[in-house]
Amino acid sequence: MADSAVSQAYRSVPRPRRIPVIPIVELALLLILSVLPLILEDYLTIFVTRVLILALLALSFDLVWGYAGILSFGQALFFGSAGYSTALLARDLGITSIFIVLPASLVIGLFVSLALGGFLLLGRHPPTTIFVALGTLTGSYAADRLARGWYYLGGQNGIPAIPAMTAGSYAVVEGPVFYYLAFATLVLVYLLCRFLVRSQFGLALAGMREQKARIAFFGYRVQQLKAMVFSLAGAIAGLAGGLYAFHEGFVGPNMPGVVFSTQIVLYALFGGVGTLIGAVIGVIAVEIVSFWLADNYQQVWPIILGLLLLLIILFRPTGLIGLVVSERERVGTFGRPPRTLPRIAQEGGEEDQHAAP
Amino acid sequence: MPLLEAHGIKKSFARLTALNGVDLTVAENEFHGLIGPNGSGKSTLMKCVAGAEIPTEGTIRFAGRDITAVPPAERARAGLSLKFQITSVLPALTVYDNMLLALQAQNPLSNLIFSRTRGPLHERVLHTLDQFRLADRAGDPAAEISHGQQQWLEIAMALAPEPRLLLLDEPTAGMSLQERRLTGELLIPFKRRCSLVIVEHDLDFIRDICDVLTVLDQGNVLESGTVAHVQNSHKVQEVYLTRV
Repeated sequence: MADSAVSQAYRSVPRPRRIPVIPIVELALLLILSVLPLILEDYLTIFVTRVLILALLALSFDLVWGYAGILSFGQALFFGSAGYSTALLARDLGITSIFIVLPASLVIGLFVSLALGGFLLLGRHPPTTIFVALGTLTGSYAADRLARGWYYLGGQNGIPAIPAMTAGSYAVVEGPVFYYLAFATLVLVYLLCRFLVRSQFGLALAGMREQKARIAFFGYRVQQLKAMVFSLAGAIAGLAGGLYAFHEGFVGPNMPGVVFSTQIVLYALFGGVGTLIGAVIGVIAVEIVSFWLADNYQQVWPIILGLLLLLIILFRPTGLIGLVVSERERVGTFGRPPRTLPRIAQEGGEEDQHAAP
Repeated sequence: MPLLEAHGIKKSFARLTALNGVDLTVAENEFHGLIGPNGSGKSTLMKCVAGAEIPTEGTIRFAGRDITAVPPAERARAGLSLKFQITSVLPALTVYDNMLLALQAQNPLSNLIFSRTRGPLHERVLHTLDQFRLADRAGDPAAEISHGQQQWLEIAMALAPEPRLLLLDEPTAGMSLQERRLTGELLIPFKRRCSLVIVEHDLDFIRDICDVLTVLDQGNVLESGTVAHVQNSHKVQEVYLTRV
């Protein structure tokens, strides 16, 4: 379609420029994380690898809560289900190929979340936030109990000594190689999520988050949108679970449980939901602070950490990222860059004479 | 065949009967006004037609299809569009994005995921905003425009998907006289493209733009017919003289 006079006038107006903070934070973090194994000792590289895997999990929570408005306390359920499944593949069938176990963990996360999401979100009536929160929490709790009580899954002891993941004849063991695997996975998943939340689909999610009841009257099938995001986030959590199982060489009943689910919620809230990068920063910040506190205040560090989390969530509900990112940037824009332009001339070049309401 | 046929609509909330067997028929390209004292059931009837409420009894047919229990999203996809009584634009989104949100609603998911219609819809977004005198505020968050502009934005959003039937619940509430007049002018051109059911307290406004009026009182239809017929009705005059 040829550009109209309206469109041309819209483009020709000088527009105020704001410096976006989120891309700067993303780029800085990307640069820092890409060189870390070169400067860190091996035990710290292993620690940061674990943080990156947990960041994937926090990202999955940010998608469901920060973008789709689904309060899920069940992300660890998908994480743990995939972790246990891949551990069983390795233990019982000897399958450790990266090309099988990682796609398998993703598919398991997807199917478990599809099943739970279908049950919780696709009922006859739209569910309330608290119903979904309790439903996912119950799922997580049930998985924890199942893992503890089922001998085949190792009961309380979990599944130890999982063989290393392999790529052909090469063993992907913890250290710089596993770090870069986790890092590459995080970057890819992050880019995928970023693409999605800034797309027109992301606009629909933003609408759903703000006015769920309203946008159904435009024709959006809100529950289907929610189920889609829930399943995608489940797949991401599953992928994180597969990585975690092989990185740690162990899976235990805590992995799909309530404590872990809640921990991820707190990580994401600490960093700030609804920006993606906030969730990643939340995990990095909490893990580093915990690491440092545990080293220096061996008795009281959980109390200090708890207070810190409480203070941020109470006084800075937008999380750490909210300290540098405005609400306007967080919400962002979805169409062509929106700018302020003077009232467009009416036909015949006449300026609008109507007072603004 | 009428575009909308609501027959014997009853709606109760606990002990309160909001609608007590209301009939409403709207023809193609008809502008139909719903008037009545506060609490007469106008907004409840609109909600039943749009799908925000399910009638306790009665049937609603739209374009020949029974939509009585169809969810709002499916009604919207069939060509029904609603502007709520309470302004419900999305305040954190820009005016432009509010309009894009309404325009893209019925696109397939794959188009939304790959943003295939972002470019093609750009001209329509700007054109619609310009029609409603909002193009100069395209980049501002909807929360920052005035109440009257928010009302216009909502009407524009409701009209954006080119519905067959537009339901407007008090579109001029809170507007000045000049803004109300302008709203009427903005709506008139759509008479060729869709039907309209409008709830409004401003009788001058409704008389100027509507072909047919239905008067509700205490959940019942008091009178229905052309504007002249309703204006001359003794029953209507009595209700308006004694209770409004």
